[in-house]
Amino acid sequence: MLSPSDLGAIWLTIKLATVTTAILLVLGTPLAWWLARTRSGWKGPVGAVVAMPIVLPPTVLGFYLLLLMGPNGPVGQFTQWAGIGLLPFSFAGLVVASVFYSLPFVVQPLQNAFEGVGDRPLEVAATLGAKPLDAFFTVAVPLAKPGFLTATILGFAHTVGEFGVVLMIGGNIPDKTRVVSVQIYDHVEALEYAQAHWLSGGMVVFSFLVLLALYTLNPTGKKK
Amino acid sequence: MIEARFKLDYPGFTLDVDLSLPSSGVTALFGHSGSGKTTLLRAIAGLERVPGGRLMFDGEVWQDENVFLPTHQRPLGYVFQEASLFAHLTVRGNLDYGTKRRPTNADFSNIIDMLGIGALLDRKPDRLSGGERQRVAIARALLTQPRLLLMDEPLAALDLARKREILPYLEQLHETLKIPVLYVSHAPDEVARLADHIVALDAGRVVAAGPLAETLARADLPIRLGEDAGVVLDATVAEIDHTWHLARVEFPGGSLWVRDEGHPVGKRLRVRVLARDVSLARAEPSGTSILNHFRVTVRELADDAHPTLLLARVEAGERSLLARLTRRSAAALELAPGVDVWAQVKAVAVLG
Repeated sequence: MLSPSDLGAIWLTIKLATVTTAILLVLGTPLAWWLARTRSGWKGPVGAVVAMPIVLPPTVLGFYLLLLMGPNGPVGQFTQWAGIGLLPFSFAGLVVASVFYSLPFVVQPLQNAFEGVGDRPLEVAATLGAKPLDAFFTVAVPLAKPGFLTATILGFAHTVGEFGVVLMIGGNIPDKTRVVSVQIYDHVEALEYAQAHWLSGGMVVFSFLVLLALYTLNPTGKKK
Repeated sequence: MIEARFKLDYPGFTLDVDLSLPSSGVTALFGHSGSGKTTLLRAIAGLERVPGGRLMFDGEVWQDENVFLPTHQRPLGYVFQEASLFAHLTVRGNLDYGTKRRPTNADFSNIIDMLGIGALLDRKPDRLSGGERQRVAIARALLTQPRLLLMDEPLAALDLARKREILPYLEQLHETLKIPVLYVSHAPDEVARLADHIVALDAGRVVAAGPLAETLARADLPIRLGEDAGVVLDATVAEIDHTWHLARVEFPGGSLWVRDEGHPVGKRLRVRVLARDVSLARAEPSGTSILNHFRVTVRELADDAHPTLLLARVEAGERSLLARLTRRSAAALELAPGVDVWAQVKAVAVLG
């Protein structure tokens, strides 16, 4: 069965995924909104940067984040100057890395949803006296609800599944940075296959349920 | 009075207008697709930002060098081509959206009744027909008590049956609304029915503007209406012939027998006479099935779409009719401005 350290890893993973998803929804919504509506030439480059974690090996992302946030990196020097200390090998560091790592999985569904909403409902809202921010919250967000659902589920699930970035930036500190995927790795290294099965099987079931929820709550093809 | 001056220059599209529009009645912005009529309407609404444009509404500046009033601050109502109801709200939610943001003392039940949507209030837009959606959209715009109503081809997305369903509501608006309405359309029959004034646009420029009857009666209207060339006459029912189910309608300077559609004597009607249904003769016609003929004076001869044809503007009392005839006939009849002839009118449409 699950050991206390397994439970700790599960709890840590859920905490990390929840915090990361929350931050991503706050940061990703305006970014996705901008990407969906801008006519600026920056749309292409910004969109490409957002999508890069999809194609980059997580180790590459982790490596550069480690350098940036390390004692000699610009971010590391800033965090030390600000009295926060160093981010690598801390929960906060994992959150920062996860935000980058899962960014496209939140931004892209939101961007697609906002593009699907189009200009017209917002124009209608304006002719009915709604200020732009009012129209955003009362028209664009409700109409993009399926996109928010997809973004939340994908952002959460993708963070749960991260391994390479965690290992690069967080290492393997129990209850601080040791998430489920790292814990499984440890079990396998130690030839504790039974333990590895419990966690791995759990991940399989979790992934299936998440995707099942995504496809049943958000049936495609019903959108107009 | 609405004064609008807009100039846009995109590759393949220009808009260059300087207009004064009346502040009452329905003004049709008429033109073929791509003529700039929708862009002009969007510029007036502030949905399209035209740099260097100028827009005055009843003495208020909505746009000039220093001012650009955003759409949500302009007291207007806008009805889009597709109804554009908010899909996540019920009909009632849609109607309330505007009134929550622009509290008015609009008579809710009166507007709901007028548009016949009382039974639909709890439905979502995807449970409505196209015609119903458009009626809700019109009600939603009216409930904010706009001082200017803009309508962008509100019937264009509907099939003929749905158009017939909505037109009576629009006609009723025309009679009851005190605010100016700008009505974009490329359909001459809608314009003939609903408009009081017309602004004809072609390639982004105003090619004709003025009161509807006067403007449509121009033989030299720069915008070719083809089969739709013709005049509208505001007339009054003067007599009903119950035996033959006919009604005689009088206009200043003459009268016409039309189908009796149950309108009482004294009712004001608008009738439309197409140029293709008017023929001219030197002698008084006799032995013909055509009911309506009367003396007219030729005032103007102008080119028509095809070189075979020309359009003649003839005067019957104070009103003009257009007649389409071949050049050969015109030559045979020796038609020229000032000549008196007989006009025969084969068909008259009562627009209601």
